[in-house]
Amino acid sequence: MSVKNSESLAPTPEGAATPQADSARPPRVGLFATCLVDLFRPSIGFSAVKLLEKAGCEVHVPIAQTCCGQPAYNSGDRADSRAIAEQVIEAFEAFDYVVAPSGSCAAMLRKHYPGLFSQDGDQQTGWAQRATAFSEKCFELISFLSDVMKVETTGETFKGTVTYHDSCSGLRELQIRDQPRKLLAGIDGLAMTEMKDPDVCCGFGGTFCVKYAEISNAIVSKKVSSIETTGADTLLAGDLGCLMNMAGKLKRSGSAMEVRHVAEVLAGMTEQPPIAGRK
Amino acid sequence: MELSSHKFKEQAGRALGNAQLQKALLNVEKGFVAKRQLAVDALPEFDALRDNARDIKNHVLAHLDLYLEAYEKKVVASGGVVHWAETAEDARRIVLEICRKANARTVTKGKSMITEEIALNDHLTANGIEPVETDLGEYIIQLRGEHPSHIIAPAVHLNKSQVEGDFRRVHTHLREDRDLSEPVSLLGEARDVLRQRYLSADVGITGANFLVAETGSSVIVTNEGNGDLTQTLGKVHIVMASIEKIVPTLEDTAQILRVLARSATGQDMSVYTTFSTGPRRADDPDGPEEYHVVLLDNGRSSMLGTEYQDMLRCIRCGACMNHCPVYHAVGGHAYGSVYPGPMGAVLTPSLNGIEKTGQLPNASTFCGRCESVCPMRIPLPKMMRHWREREFERHLTPAAQRYGLKFWAFFARRPRLYRAAVAVAMPILARFGGSKRRFSHLPLAGGWTRHRDLPAPEGKTFVQQWQQRGHRRSEVAQ
Repeated sequence: MSVKNSESLAPTPEGAATPQADSARPPRVGLFATCLVDLFRPSIGFSAVKLLEKAGCEVHVPIAQTCCGQPAYNSGDRADSRAIAEQVIEAFEAFDYVVAPSGSCAAMLRKHYPGLFSQDGDQQTGWAQRATAFSEKCFELISFLSDVMKVETTGETFKGTVTYHDSCSGLRELQIRDQPRKLLAGIDGLAMTEMKDPDVCCGFGGTFCVKYAEISNAIVSKKVSSIETTGADTLLAGDLGCLMNMAGKLKRSGSAMEVRHVAEVLAGMTEQPPIAGRK
Repeated sequence: MELSSHKFKEQAGRALGNAQLQKALLNVEKGFVAKRQLAVDALPEFDALRDNARDIKNHVLAHLDLYLEAYEKKVVASGGVVHWAETAEDARRIVLEICRKANARTVTKGKSMITEEIALNDHLTANGIEPVETDLGEYIIQLRGEHPSHIIAPAVHLNKSQVEGDFRRVHTHLREDRDLSEPVSLLGEARDVLRQRYLSADVGITGANFLVAETGSSVIVTNEGNGDLTQTLGKVHIVMASIEKIVPTLEDTAQILRVLARSATGQDMSVYTTFSTGPRRADDPDGPEEYHVVLLDNGRSSMLGTEYQDMLRCIRCGACMNHCPVYHAVGGHAYGSVYPGPMGAVLTPSLNGIEKTGQLPNASTFCGRCESVCPMRIPLPKMMRHWREREFERHLTPAAQRYGLKFWAFFARRPRLYRAAVAVAMPILARFGGSKRRFSHLPLAGGWTRHRDLPAPEGKTFVQQWQQRGHRRSEVAQ
């Protein structure tokens, strides 16, 4: 990379001098695990690694990753958001692609980072250009597999009936709706049943769920009721925040519904006990 | 109405505990969402029309001064009068003066959120003039002494039996044993009562969905025809509108009309779309003798050129609140402001200041459904976030939240320290989760665990395990 200041934290994988993948070598993917997956459910991270490698990617996990900055960004703290964004860009910009197993975090990187570098000086320092170039190679995991790597099926097996919740950011900011359903349709033994209003928010909303706990509870109660009405035995979604919210409510209400990240099922990595459920 | 947005949490809590309200709120989802979707699906060019509608309003806002002056000239040319009101107080004074000059004792009113914004009814009543709301929903809430809980369905928080009770309480001149069990009988009764009021009213006040610069016309859309009777039967017609209602031409009006009703109620068009241009002309069979337009600013011009300018594209269709999970949960009154829901969460701080209204732009999950259905493509979540930024800059964010954020950011901005801390913390937390792998109580996480369990972490972090699997050398940053 010819960009200044990137050497100190960039992983500089050999040969990854240009951001665009050339066909002679596998695309180098920087896996942005997301803070929740990293801390609470690493098995989603390993599912992502398996899916990406199977799709022909070379996966790297820079250690200098913490969070995408959304807690600060959505609380109005632009200074910390920007500092974290700089940190993420420095750690990941040398890869061909940056992939996150979360629509919300991927949308932060792809849709919101450039806006954090829109001050007058950002053109001169190169940060505006860096942020834009970076954002263009950021993807959510499932849509990356489907839209970029053209994966048709992951060839795994899962016995059960699942219902899928469309997490808001992935759905509305990144247009992720058909990709997970298409890949799930290719899973042997899996039956899909849609819930009422799969596109309606689960009430998580990051800090919203603790700032407005009662309203969040009302929203997730409605969501859980829609989920249970389907008769499915497993709930899937693409964002761990939403999954923890819905799983927490299902557990509290004594439901036996199993809750998993969609990547776990697509990767055939369901040995780990579910986020909620009796297994 | 008195602003009580700073009490949003308490008001929301009461709304959540109100069984009648919760039942009524189900009608918002049932009544609007599917109908809008059907209307949108039936019109392949809907998204292109949205783009066009947005562009029309953006053009107007970029040249608002010119269009306002052009509009005024046309109104004057058609025999009307334009009054400029910088503040709500100015608008109230102007309307009262016009009413007094007409020796008005009663005024009928078409549905108008602007008259709510300036609290016109209270002002007229205090000055001995009786305002009569003629939109059925507005009429009902006027009987109850309430304010609209929704910008196009003001009484959506009520059910049929409540309305029946109000009619029996107020319409004491009618037989007590009359049957009011069906909605149609309630409608019939309101129609009969209101018909007399139209005929005896001296002044009719309406809002405006559009003000057309090309012709000097004001445009209202209604489903009940009440607006037409209000504006044609009185001696004086007053149009009360805010400055951003301007559109350049009739063609532009038609363009935006095509997205308005579809977004609002799922109708192709409202039942009545009425254009008014000046007072009655010599050869007109009917119409008012005087035609006044009161143009209200009330803080809007100061939104121009700011990050909140896009909000001035709003055409008040209500789609944002119809699709909002927070509005569905608590209804409109909990917001404690004239304008509820997502559009209110952006507009209210602009009109009333962020100091007392900061709850509103915070009470959003940023699910983005409002923006996805907005016919004018207003980036509502983005503007709510801008309000949170203004709060943060001015230290209006609650202290606990602010310190919590700073504590977290301290670690998040120091990857090595963060890695060291979580490598220790997460395995401990996992162990405390026990065999059930969950927490039903956790210190500092009461907001979460009051209503749901917190799934326990698996143990070692992903990055930790990744390194231990032999990836250490190639992945270490330095």
